Amino acid sequence: MAAKTLTIDGQLVSAEENQTLLEAARDAQIPIPTLCHLDGVMDVGACRMCLVEIVGTPKLLPACVTKVQEGLEVRTNSERLQRYRRLLLELLFAERNHVCAVCVSNGHCELQDLATQHGMDHVRYAYQAPNLGVDLSHRLYGLDHNRCVLCTRCVRVCWYIEGAGTLNLAGRGTGSMIITDLNQPWADSDTCTACGKCVQACPTGALFYKGATVAEMERDRQKLEYIVTAREKKQWNV
Amino acid sequence: MLLEDLIKIKEAELARRKKHTLRCCLAAGCISSQGQAVKDALDQAVQAAGLAAEVEVRGVGCLRLCGEGPLVAVDPDGVLFQKIRPEDAPALLSTLQGETSPLDRGDLQSPFFKHQLPLVLENSGLVDPDRIESYIAADGYLALRNVLREMAPPEVVSAITKSGLRGRGGAGYPTGLKWATVAKTKSTRRFVICNADEGDPGAFMDRSVLESDPHRVLEGMIVAGYAVGAEQGFIYVRAEYPLAIQRLQNAIRQAKQMGLLGSGVFESPFNFNIDIRIGAGAFVCGEETALMASVEGRRGQPRPRPPFPAESGLFGQPTLINNVETFANVPPIILKGPEWFASIGTDKSKGTKVFALAGKIQTTGLIEVPMGTPLRVIVETMGGGAPAGGQIKAVQTGGPSGGCIPASHLDTPVDYESLTTLGSIMGSGGMIVMDQTTDMVDVARFFMEFCRDESCGKCVPCRAGTVQLHELLAKILARQATQRDLDRLEELCDLVKHTSLCGLGQTAPNPVLSTLRFFRHEYLERLQPAHPNPPSAPPTPATQPPNTAPVNPGAPA
Repeated sequence: MAAKTLTIDGQLVSAEENQTLLEAARDAQIPIPTLCHLDGVMDVGACRMCLVEIVGTPKLLPACVTKVQEGLEVRTNSERLQRYRRLLLELLFAERNHVCAVCVSNGHCELQDLATQHGMDHVRYAYQAPNLGVDLSHRLYGLDHNRCVLCTRCVRVCWYIEGAGTLNLAGRGTGSMIITDLNQPWADSDTCTACGKCVQACPTGALFYKGATVAEMERDRQKLEYIVTAREKKQWNV
Repeated sequence: MLLEDLIKIKEAELARRKKHTLRCCLAAGCISSQGQAVKDALDQAVQAAGLAAEVEVRGVGCLRLCGEGPLVAVDPDGVLFQKIRPEDAPALLSTLQGETSPLDRGDLQSPFFKHQLPLVLENSGLVDPDRIESYIAADGYLALRNVLREMAPPEVVSAITKSGLRGRGGAGYPTGLKWATVAKTKSTRRFVICNADEGDPGAFMDRSVLESDPHRVLEGMIVAGYAVGAEQGFIYVRAEYPLAIQRLQNAIRQAKQMGLLGSGVFESPFNFNIDIRIGAGAFVCGEETALMASVEGRRGQPRPRPPFPAESGLFGQPTLINNVETFANVPPIILKGPEWFASIGTDKSKGTKVFALAGKIQTTGLIEVPMGTPLRVIVETMGGGAPAGGQIKAVQTGGPSGGCIPASHLDTPVDYESLTTLGSIMGSGGMIVMDQTTDMVDVARFFMEFCRDESCGKCVPCRAGTVQLHELLAKILARQATQRDLDRLEELCDLVKHTSLCGLGQTAPNPVLSTLRFFRHEYLERLQPAHPNPPSAPPTPATQPPNTAPVNPGAPA
């Protein structure tokens, strides 16, 4: 496979031909923030946190789905990008009810981490404060729509890692909702295997183990990585 | 089907013509005002008067003056009757004998008609959209026959390239280049898609073309299929256009019966099929990647490009996707030559453009003008300006992705580049005229509401950003906003425009940006004065949110 050389934030980086900018940057220890990206499942480029500037291209491109090219000059952390990321986080915090103080994922939340990293300690937009309900019908897991950022990581692990196809999206725009099967209570789902991969995948406190209380919900991402590595590299890392 | 058969059909059809033809508009606009009843009444009146041998009553497509329907055109007298009721049928018939009648006559010599150059619409209002013979009599399918018998696929692509045709869906991508890209891919399977998911508020060009001349779109698609090496085409048409769907289905069936579609088109080795896919009402499905997802049976959501559909489109195969009007331009380019087409229009925008003229204007309807026609000619000369006592304030083009062009810029020629310079876009051809009573902030709010409701919800800036933009606009409208809100509005517009995933989000701020550019005072005069006693903390620039008032008390310090 041909190697490509490119510049990321002034640093020369070599990458394999089919790598994405995100992979190449991470290999070179250059951090690019992500939210909807999850190792092992198809990227959708939806959260826009990983947008980067490429010299000579007017548009910002999502690093998670943009392939490396020879000679690219990439900027991942310009003042403009930092501002956009902060605004995107503000929009997310205003969209649903992200109240860390009462959240099961407090302290273990990717959205919270991103906000801290980007200095987003204040939301200037109108809180939408929706009342979207919580599905607690499943015997093991709960789904709090009010904490969902619609990254669809749970949907993708359900379809592409577990292969159950239980979770999906319904509605559109800000009214989009994660649903189980044909929008029925999770407990009534015929397809759910109760594997819990969706819970492992969730970046916020939207999916959680029943019984977890404030700040108790910790995830073990290695479980997903374990399966993905087994599948893609045919290695069982015990 | 061979050339001789085509000529035979044409001659038989022309021989059927009678002394008088009453062309009744049966496009959706006139049907909604009893157009079908008018045609039936005329049919009965002709029978009752024993004139069946002399008078043909033909249902046709759009006769343009949509605001004055139902419309009936009389040949060969060249008269257009408007606002005809079914009970007017005998009186209308009596005019054929030279009798006078008080019926409302449209002026075919008026500037509304004089400035039109029907090219896409050349058959619209003349041929019966339900009869393929009627289309063949207007030299229909002759271009397809010539292409299949006399041209190699690369020659067809090069003819389209030479013509300078650009995509009529709005973005204006060179059509020839798109065709060439698809044709050059190394794939054994390719697809052709016709985008008929016209969703801009106030736009009805594609609907009229499909309802008036469906065979023309089919012919353009088959030519495209031959040029790029595809055997399967899809027409993605919205469910809100039942009449267009019905006429398309009928047209496809007729074309198949005649061997113009299916296996061995025109008895050549070329096979081409066209299927209809009906959109379920999502505006975003007009975006090509979302459209293809919808055709595949998946949720209609856009995906990042590249890869572009030309490389990896429908079912992962190279896909040519063009708008209805783009395909409708293809047969005349083949028949009359690319040089003829390139001689119409401006340097960079060739040919004509169909516009749906609506809003605060005297004459509402469908027009087709050469590219480069000044806006003033369209809205003042052809459209007659604002209704009595009014004054045109702005013209909105491009729907929710476009912008408002102020009256001071009415001399702008209508072409892709000029409109973009003004912060609007050509768009698919909706043109909404606004007069002095129109509130521009409310216009911006309306379009933002539309985008908010039609956002698919995939990417954050479009999904959550349009919600906040709409709230800010509503706040300004309610005179509850301050300068800070206006700053936030502009900051958010910048964010949504530059970070959204697809065209819907990237262009959603355009109506706000263009009204802010040309009608900023309407925003400013609504703002509340700054707070008389500002809080002790000094205002912080938008890029640095203040550290005060944590709203996120659980976040680690």
